[in-house]
Amino acid sequence: MFESISAVTNSAGYILGGVGVTLLLVGLSLFIGFICGIVLTLGQVYGPALVRRFVGVYVWFFRGLPNIVLLFLFYFALFPFMGFDMPAFGVAVTVLGLRSAAYQSQIFRGAIQSLSDGQMLAARSLGMTRWQAIRSIILPQSLRLSLPGWSNEYPVLLTDSSVAYVIGVAELLTRTSQVISRTGEPMILYLTCAVIFILLNYGGMMIIQYVEKKVRIPGFGNNEAECL
Amino acid sequence: MSDVPILKVENLCKSYGDLEVLKSVSFEVRKGEKKVFVGPSGTGKSTLLRCINQLTAPDSGFVYLNGEEIVHSGKKINAYRQKMGMVFQNFNLFDHLTAVRNVELALLKVKKMDRKSAREKAMYELEQVGMADRADFYPAQLSGGQAQRVSIARALAMDPEVMLFDEPTSALDPELKREVMEVMRTLAAQGMTCIVVTHEMKFATSFATEIYLMEKGEIVEHGPPSEIPTSPNFVKTRAFMGSYADE
Ligand SMILES: Nc1ncnc2c1ncn2[C@@H]1O[C@H](COP(=O)(O)OP(=O)(O)OP(=O)(O)O)[C@@H](O)[C@H]1O
Ligand SMILES: [Mg+2]
Repeated sequence: MFESISAVTNSAGYILGGVGVTLLLVGLSLFIGFICGIVLTLGQVYGPALVRRFVGVYVWFFRGLPNIVLLFLFYFALFPFMGFDMPAFGVAVTVLGLRSAAYQSQIFRGAIQSLSDGQMLAARSLGMTRWQAIRSIILPQSLRLSLPGWSNEYPVLLTDSSVAYVIGVAELLTRTSQVISRTGEPMILYLTCAVIFILLNYGGMMIIQYVEKKVRIPGFGNNEAECL
Repeated sequence: MSDVPILKVENLCKSYGDLEVLKSVSFEVRKGEKKVFVGPSGTGKSTLLRCINQLTAPDSGFVYLNGEEIVHSGKKINAYRQKMGMVFQNFNLFDHLTAVRNVELALLKVKKMDRKSAREKAMYELEQVGMADRADFYPAQLSGGQAQRVSIARALAMDPEVMLFDEPTSALDPELKREVMEVMRTLAAQGMTCIVVTHEMKFATSFATEIYLMEKGEIVEHGPPSEIPTSPNFVKTRAFMGSYADE
């Protein structure tokens, strides 16, 4: 018993390293999803018909397949077929990022569509180009309105990230399982793993809430409820 | 007055599907003139204003700004639009920016002014409409009248040659209408050329140099404010202008 406990504590560093990998995986995927999501949304809202069709198919594809299927598809089939020799971590970031882009694009799209046409009309009436209006008015407003949607997307991506286990990315769950197979302590180790996920979830939500407060504008978006 | 009108509208037509919203509308505006458009709801007054600065593309017809045709001007339209300030019924202030940022945004992005001069110019325009003390308020923190005055300042900051007002006071309570009208009168007294769509007949007659009566996409009558309100055409249509208030 003591032996295995000490084996567990000896592995603490290794497991914590997995937390780092998980955070990096989630962070990079969110970032890729954010950038690609914005591009997809702009294409879908302002692009020509062909681009809109493409985004529709893209979103349908990435939202329609289970994460694990996407991972296998890219890791074992598509990337090798295209000659990409990408490590498992890179594949996981790519797949989770592209998938998150599909979800985030729909959050942004909802936000853009909730803005009144008058914002764009007013900007254009002042001589701004469409791109200037998008950058200075449409995006700052719709990104603020997207923050509540983001507090849904982050926990989903965080929990989804553990699926990278199946292609051997050394993230939190993978490392936990490895240590368990060496020490035979599933209870304490899986509990630890669960607690860490909950903490990561909580921490991320705190950051999102902090950002929400930081960029809040009086009377903009739905923060009237606060006055009640 | 110079020979070339500031603005000349020639045979503008616009349809939405089967609905002919503008049926060959033509008129001219010279420097300092105040043209006021009145008419029942849905006769195309807003569409006309938006076809003038090309926020809506007309199906046919021409618009000349200082003699230059702008309907088919491609990207140059952004330069022309700066010369035509527009004020909307719902203000359309940028909701995420304070009053002063609303006014200075296009100065920075379009006119490429440096921060300091843009801020000075924006504050000057806010002073002109009596809103300097609200410079750091967000749109949601302003009354309707205050918001509309900021939106006027925003348009004026671009140094337009003509101002287009689309029912600037319709969304306001009587008390607030007055403060916006006051600003418009001051502007007019300074010689600004104005095209105004309004339902306020008293204001129209005291403000206009010429009143245009629109009905079903056409100008059915126009003339000096001393004549239109008593013309048979106007009296006839007036019955259909239920919402026409008398200030
Ligand atoms: N984008 C659009 N698509 C389809 N129909 C439109 C559009 N914009 C305006 N219309 C129609 O064109 C007609 C004229 O509209 P417009 O807003 O120009 O009238 P208006 O004279 O300004 O009326 P009001 O006094 O109520 O403001 C209306 O019947 C309206 O429904
Ligand atoms: Mg109208």
